Amino acid sequence: MSIDAQTVKKIAILSHLKIDDDKIKATEDEFNKILQWVGQLKEVDTENVEPLVSVNDGTLEMRQDEVTEGNQAEAILANAPMQEYGYFAVPKVVE
Amino acid sequence: MTDLTSLTIAEAKSGLSKKEFSAVELTESYIKNMENKRSLNAFVKETPELALEQAKISQSKINSDSGGKLEGIPLGIKDLFCTKEIETTACSQILKGFVPPYESTVTAKLLSAGANFLGKLNMDEFAMGGSNETSIFGPVTNPWSKATPLVPGGSSGGSAAAVAADMCAAATGTDTGGSIRQPSSFCGVTGIKPTYGRCSRYGIIAFASSLDQAGPIAKTVEDCALMLEVMSGHDSKDSTSSKIMVPEFSKVLGQNIKGMRIGIPKEYRVDGLNQEIAGYWDKAAQILKEQGAEIVEVSLPHTKYALAVYYIIAPAEASSNLARYDGLRYGNRVNGDTLDEMYVNSRTAGFGREVKRRIMIGTYVLSAGYYDAYYIKAQKVRRLIRQDFIDAFKKCDVILTPTTPTAAFAVGDKTMQQNPINMWLNDIFTVSISLAGLPALSLPIGLNSQGLPLGMQLIGRAFDEESVFKASSVLEKEACFRGVK
Repeated sequence: MSIDAQTVKKIAILSHLKIDDDKIKATEDEFNKILQWVGQLKEVDTENVEPLVSVNDGTLEMRQDEVTEGNQAEAILANAPMQEYGYFAVPKVVE
Repeated sequence: MTDLTSLTIAEAKSGLSKKEFSAVELTESYIKNMENKRSLNAFVKETPELALEQAKISQSKINSDSGGKLEGIPLGIKDLFCTKEIETTACSQILKGFVPPYESTVTAKLLSAGANFLGKLNMDEFAMGGSNETSIFGPVTNPWSKATPLVPGGSSGGSAAAVAADMCAAATGTDTGGSIRQPSSFCGVTGIKPTYGRCSRYGIIAFASSLDQAGPIAKTVEDCALMLEVMSGHDSKDSTSSKIMVPEFSKVLGQNIKGMRIGIPKEYRVDGLNQEIAGYWDKAAQILKEQGAEIVEVSLPHTKYALAVYYIIAPAEASSNLARYDGLRYGNRVNGDTLDEMYVNSRTAGFGREVKRRIMIGTYVLSAGYYDAYYIKAQKVRRLIRQDFIDAFKKCDVILTPTTPTAAFAVGDKTMQQNPINMWLNDIFTVSISLAGLPALSLPIGLNSQGLPLGMQLIGRAFDEESVFKASSVLEKEACFRGVK
């Protein structure tokens, strides 16, 4: 599988990243080199092999869905680039 | 008086308890060294006042015999660990100025054991890199550099360099594919990535969550054991942290290894393996044999696929983890006309080249139409890699390999810059262990003909760090490696 300029642009959009037009070709070439390299996995027989999602044995524990360290709005907002009236502020989204 | 910064943690603890020097004097010596060696660029944030304040408290605890396991020991903290009220950036532009309102579990454990923090250590941006050159704060110089500056390795490059240069007694690191072991090897120090689940990941800025593990980088095997005893343990804030009991790792050091079976994986003897590294590998096996261990050949047939598996799984997880940087709740914002434009502008300005590369690869392998061919395929081969180790450990107790295929290379090395895969090949001996979630320690074994340190890696079964420490302490004693001085 190899990718083209169109795919590079699409991946950039999905990644929420901007690639300058003059960098698209280089990115395309680099990606194809990397994908060709990881393509070696095709030669491994994985018939009847279950994907390994986690090396942890057993199932993850459930916990109660409850507030543990609440009432920290100020600390949480302290790193926000912009805040208003105790909320995170964003550019206007409704026209 | 000897230079206090040359002491190991074990020696410093003994000196403190015998009142040969005070915790404040010890911390002052490190602060002086940290300032004198600023040109190495190991620290990205110094917190000397805080360290001294903590040292004073430590001294009063030592005076009343109520000190913790690391009372008065000055440490450096990789900038990936959130430290309360101390700027934490992951060495990325997007997090510059971020001041966490909370403490990571691992650093909280170190603090409550009495350690004091000298500052935050340089690293590759978001721990993505093998040379510390992707840091927004610039590269770290390996203290072993001769005429030209050499890289300290990465991603925990600042940690390894600071320990090698006696700028801190020990440091925290994190390892996703080799990020503790490879820099330890390049800088002639000792570091261990414990079993996945041994340390809590809470408060460690996430890279690839199924692989990330914290661990110590220190001057000796014993110091690593002392650090890891404190850093380990279950944490309700990380559901993947294990409830398995944490042994006192330092208790097994120096114990007899008679009858221990040491596995040598034949697939690691790759074509073109550096002759000096091969020589030290044979020497290390010989040392362990002379001490009573049995050397057995083992096979890890899927080793050659480990890097390809890693460079699908790690970017996939990273692309998901790094989606949180949107310029909204924390991190830096670059405005745009719309909300989407703001996201794109913030992320495009905030992430460096390698991070963007990995986010895009990860996005691609997770996208519709490629998910099965790349991501699921990689997870299947990951299972085969883990199974290789399970089978090998039926025949042996610890596996011995070199840590890296080369010694430290030059800052700005052309081959590494031209093709990202060349940089990634640094992790060829470390990455399969991460995929299998196993513990592995790197310790310095000797110098190459250029006078640069080379490391050996000892790998254990899941949650059997004790065997790793036992074999490592014997190897360390017999190898008689001396530090950078």
